[in-house]
Amino acid sequence: MTSVKPVEQAKQHAAQKVALPPRKHVLDLDDFSPEEISQILETAGVLAEVLNRPISKVPALRGKTILTLFLEPSTRTRASFERAAKALSADIINLSGSDSSAKKGESLIDTARTMQAMGANIIIMRHSMSGAPYLLAQHTDLSVINAGDGWHAHPSQALLDLYTMREKFGKVAGLKVVIVGDVLHSRVARSNIWGLRKMGADVTLSAPPTLLPEETLEAYSGELPGRLSIEFDLDKAVEGADVVMALRIQRERLATEGSMNLRDYIIAYQVNDERMHKAKPTAMLMHPGPMNEGVEVSHGLAYGDRSLVETQVKNGVAVRMALLYRLVGASGVAA
Amino acid sequence: MPEKVILSADEVLRAMRRIAHEIVERNRGTEGLVFVGIMSRGVPIARRLAALIKEFEDADVPIGSLDIGLYRDDLSQGPSPQLRKTDISVSLQGKRVVLVDDVLYTGRTIRAAMDAVMDFGRPKTVQLAVLVDRGHRELPIRADYVGKNVPTAHQEEVQVRLKETDGQDQVVIVEASTGKEESGGNR
Repeated sequence: MTSVKPVEQAKQHAAQKVALPPRKHVLDLDDFSPEEISQILETAGVLAEVLNRPISKVPALRGKTILTLFLEPSTRTRASFERAAKALSADIINLSGSDSSAKKGESLIDTARTMQAMGANIIIMRHSMSGAPYLLAQHTDLSVINAGDGWHAHPSQALLDLYTMREKFGKVAGLKVVIVGDVLHSRVARSNIWGLRKMGADVTLSAPPTLLPEETLEAYSGELPGRLSIEFDLDKAVEGADVVMALRIQRERLATEGSMNLRDYIIAYQVNDERMHKAKPTAMLMHPGPMNEGVEVSHGLAYGDRSLVETQVKNGVAVRMALLYRLVGASGVAA
Repeated sequence: MPEKVILSADEVLRAMRRIAHEIVERNRGTEGLVFVGIMSRGVPIARRLAALIKEFEDADVPIGSLDIGLYRDDLSQGPSPQLRKTDISVSLQGKRVVLVDDVLYTGRTIRAAMDAVMDFGRPKTVQLAVLVDRGHRELPIRADYVGKNVPTAHQEEVQVRLKETDGQDQVVIVEASTGKEESGGNR
């Protein structure tokens, strides 16, 4: 019967739309199921269309107040969240370290409670201390989005990286992703390891031994679809890779904690044309920014044909809109 | 769950034919017409109306599809509905837009759809075509083209089934379901 097919398609479609329970916080990707991640990436794809409309603003978060509290410098993440919030018609209040009462010794919890009393629904925060967002999730009624805490997690970055890979390669499952550089201090790497492995990508970490966290393999060795491995030799690590993700290297840390000088690092770990050549012909470079051109990534490669760096930034807005949209149902019941 | 058929396959087709004729008549032709189907079943209905007009008038009416999730007035009240892609690739500026949906109920979906349409330009007119008007309006909204007016009780559910999505054309009333609101609910 010819009419069977559309019905089955409709059923499959309905099955994909299994309603997820409301979500209150986005702290890391460890408590996201693959289904939830897929649904957020799909929503982001829908929301990307909104950004191309003549009037690129929709009323989904009208009447919501979002507070951004960035106690560590950031340009792109904050701007990206702000653009996302405004495209969804939320009101946004920006606080930073220097103009907040943190200087007068007001505690993080006090600041958040004050903002909650003023009617904030969602707080998007960055803090140098790992775990700080968890503190607010515990001690306030606000919805908390972690925009980076210490070395621990940066979930929105990992989601936009997953989105970018899915857009480029059609799917994340089965991809081979090499993460290169200062994994030890990288919250981006930690959240990406969760996200990529949950979605079925194999992750290889490549860095000098001193810049790899000892806990990495044990802490993340749970039963996840994607594998995690370590390969100190970058030339071997990139063989057959689909994505080479370079991390920002900080010179100070390289000398003190990496026990390596910059010259040696560049020779051993810079992502350059020669190394990209050893990866798959379709392989792409990614970087969470800000990039040190000529250090972790060679000049020319960073903004060349094989780079997804600008695409990552562009996709960040739609992915953050999807996160805010995900929280809207649970964020209305503050207090 | 007992269900009562209120439109058979033939009656669905007849209602669509009549609506297609009425749209052309009311607009004195097809000049400037754009159909915007509301997800999900408004979209195949819009396609069928356009195909019928192609048959009667040999004119092409552009079609867009609209998901109103981002414009709902109840987003704060529960889990966010999964969004589907809106695709309106023609400009609506100065056009005669006909919104197309399967069931008209409270009117809230249509309110949301009108807000959404305005974000794509300033149409000359916005009209509304529905296959079934089941009453119980909560907003001052009415349809310009109606396949069938069906008096209903609140606890009943009107389900529009279409070949494209459900394998057959049929409209039924179902007694008090489990709070499912996928079809015909249109809160």
